[in-house]
Amino acid sequence: MNFWRVPLDAHEVDVPRGEVHILEERCKGCGYCIEFCPKHVLGVSKKFNAKGYHPPQVVKPEECVNCHYCEVICPEFAIFSVPVEEEEQDARGGDLSA
Amino acid sequence: MKTSQAQSHPLDPLLRTDRIPHIWCPGCGIGTAFATCLNAMKDSGIDLVQTAMVSGIGCSGRGAGYVKLDSYHTTHGRAIPFATGLKLANPKLNVVVFSGDGDLLAIGGNHFIHAARRNMDITVVCVNNFNYGMTGGQVAATTPHLAKTTTTPVGNPENPFNAPLLAYASGATYVARWTILHARDLTESITEALLHPGFSFVEVLSPCPVNYGRRNRIKPMDMLKIFREKTIIRNDARPTELDLDFDKGIVLGKFVHDTDRPSCVELYDKTCRPQER
Ligand code: SF4
Ligand code: SF4
Ligand code: SF4
Repeated sequence: MNFWRVPLDAHEVDVPRGEVHILEERCKGCGYCIEFCPKHVLGVSKKFNAKGYHPPQVVKPEECVNCHYCEVICPEFAIFSVPVEEEEQDARGGDLSA
Repeated sequence: MKTSQAQSHPLDPLLRTDRIPHIWCPGCGIGTAFATCLNAMKDSGIDLVQTAMVSGIGCSGRGAGYVKLDSYHTTHGRAIPFATGLKLANPKLNVVVFSGDGDLLAIGGNHFIHAARRNMDITVVCVNNFNYGMTGGQVAATTPHLAKTTTTPVGNPENPFNAPLLAYASGATYVARWTILHARDLTESITEALLHPGFSFVEVLSPCPVNYGRRNRIKPMDMLKIFREKTIIRNDARPTELDLDFDKGIVLGKFVHDTDRPSCVELYDKTCRPQER
């Protein structure tokens, strides 16, 4: 049961969409981006980079709102987000993994 | 989703990318503090060709070596005097000091108070990791009371500096404190500090997992959670209420933003070069 109501203009509010990019070889596996992404877009990857760290991986691509928080909290310049254009979103039917 | 190697990080143009990955330990907050500083430099719209970054010695002191602008890696504690010299020789230059608490507040403590007293037109970003990280985690002037370090194995018997109070009491005209977790507010403060004429000081609380964290049994992620849970944002709080005490809660915010006091360069010109005005 939901205790909150959906705002009347919810369908008109443009939620920005983002695509997150990971520069795996720069990552030192601190996990800050994973822990503090407000939309829980990221998870720990099983793979190792050349230095032996586990970089993050994108687990919920469609949730990214391009807030750039992962980008600013990352101490390694290893992750950043870019906006997804409106048409691109429509064309892809909201599924960025396609 | 693809992870793209083709696209480059938005801060790459400001980085000496051949030196990245940097030397800072996994989970160290200096990289984040450094990134926010670069973001603020971009956001502020200042002319980056007319900008120099100056660092002293210590982990944070490596900052100057990673920025792709004019930069100086100076001797221990002397970032501020170098920065002062740069600014006075070329008042058009934006001068940013990026260094650590040990360098700025202990070894360079006197330079710090006098640059603040003069309201020297520089921006000082001070990464406070609560200990001497680079030399193995000794007690510093910013180590919280009872915290363990290599030289205070049973806990620090002393009290740490309240750095914003020190800056304010000495004459700084812009003073703020954030943690790396508050990256957005921090970026905003550094941006304001860069645009502020006069001495601006931004303290950045930052985890040092390898030394401070390890000796106090605080994992990097837990330190960030402490930064979230044990801090209180109170803009314009009185500088005397900003003790570095995690038990009482650490106050963050923008505390001083005084645009009335003339800066050092202004006063100097007015006093010593009246005919050239
Ligand atoms: S941009 Fe924001 S929402 Fe997207 S992955 Fe990064 S932190 Fe998460
Ligand atoms: S914040 Fe950066 S270094 Fe840390 S896990 Fe994420 S990408 Fe890697
Ligand atoms: S010793 Fe501490 S402050 Fe220095 S790089 Fe390592 S974690 Fe960071």
